[in-house]
Amino acid sequence: MRQDHLITATQLSRDDIEAVLDRARAVADDPAAYADRHAGRVLALCFFEPSTRTRMSFDSAAKRLGIDTIDMGDVDSSSVSKGESLTDTVRVIEGYADALVLRHPSEGAATLAAEHVSVPVVNAGDGAGQHPSQTLLDLHTIRENHGLDDLTVGIMGDLKYGRTVHSLAAALTEFDANQHFISPESLRLPRSVRFDLHETGAQIREHEELEPVLEELDVLYVTRIQKERFPDENEYHRVAGEYQIDAETLEDASDDLTVMHPLPRVDEIAPDVDETDHATYFEQAHNGVPVRMALLDTLLENAEATEGMEVDR
Amino acid sequence: MSDHELRVSKIRDGTVIDHVEGGQALNVLAILGIDGSEGYGVSVGMNVPSDRLGRKDIVKVEERELSQSEVDVLSLIAPEATINIVRDFEVVEKNRVTRPDSVTGVLSCPNRNCITNADEPVDTRFDVVADGVRCDYCSTILRADIADHIDV
Repeated sequence: MRQDHLITATQLSRDDIEAVLDRARAVADDPAAYADRHAGRVLALCFFEPSTRTRMSFDSAAKRLGIDTIDMGDVDSSSVSKGESLTDTVRVIEGYADALVLRHPSEGAATLAAEHVSVPVVNAGDGAGQHPSQTLLDLHTIRENHGLDDLTVGIMGDLKYGRTVHSLAAALTEFDANQHFISPESLRLPRSVRFDLHETGAQIREHEELEPVLEELDVLYVTRIQKERFPDENEYHRVAGEYQIDAETLEDASDDLTVMHPLPRVDEIAPDVDETDHATYFEQAHNGVPVRMALLDTLLENAEATEGMEVDR
Repeated sequence: MSDHELRVSKIRDGTVIDHVEGGQALNVLAILGIDGSEGYGVSVGMNVPSDRLGRKDIVKVEERELSQSEVDVLSLIAPEATINIVRDFEVVEKNRVTRPDSVTGVLSCPNRNCITNADEPVDTRFDVVADGVRCDYCSTILRADIADHIDV
């Protein structure tokens, strides 16, 4: 991967993705070989929004590479609550760290941040925009279970606001994958994501029900439908209820079906699915560490290679 | 158009924006930031007959030149427009608008959750795509409603 930042999945070619996933596999096979690779480096975890999994897995990935991490503490008590712009905040933090991981509630925040700093920026979620490092770990999980070609993937739930969905759908266009999108009418893919998919000539189909496509799927990627997306609670319960799966739902699925979820789940995957061979979401979450180690390793290596050079960003 | 069909008078010095899609003349004025208070002489013809467009709008502004960013945005809502520079009643320059690759600092993003709407010191930047423009920051696509988001 010859990238300075990781902002959106649309910037990644198949070669970029496979290079990171190959490295993730190497990391997982021999973590000790990577233990002190970046000793003395500092990673800033800039989370303007709460996060458990993403933040902790970046923290863990960094420490396993010998990198120290710093963070902003509680956003409510930091300079952000005093009205400092994101632009100023990242310009300051750039001086404290060798790379930034940024989670922010506004779409486009990581793009803006990357324009103002010269250290690598990783977008760890920008509003309803993108979450490309999640996509790398999703693809790693798919690759380890099925390979990345001749795939049929169903993506279900909140496709409109789900940033993990937007990134995954874009990245899958680099592979030989049929994509089925399953959601209520009101939560279909946004125009911008649809535009990118059409531009690549990707084969996509949209459905309101899982049942007609379930049998065909190699992967079912489930996302949470959030209550705040609906004007009234009854409507939320009615709609969300139609996109919940349990072990019985999966009886018609292929034996090899892999069920994934970016987590946290609420009730869209019943606990009885955990006991089936389909359940892959905890493995998927654990893959966050080797994949983010591979990503940080790659970006820091790229940054070292261009240090002292004039780089046209 | 022959003289006896003229609905607005010729201007001595200024710009004539011709072949504007019918109904877009007021948006053209909005792009130019003209609301009458600047003191320019402004003539507007709306829905006048046109061989090329069927019906067209025409805008004449005296003693006013267009900047490149104004022409760029104009091209998005009036892709067929011609821009005539007039000096001493003669057309000295006649240009068709061309669609730019991107427009910076002239449109506001319709996505309220876009970082460009969050009090950051940033100019909006939109890529021009097949049938609209697209925010470089949040990827939101703006099509028919471009004129509603002009912010100059």
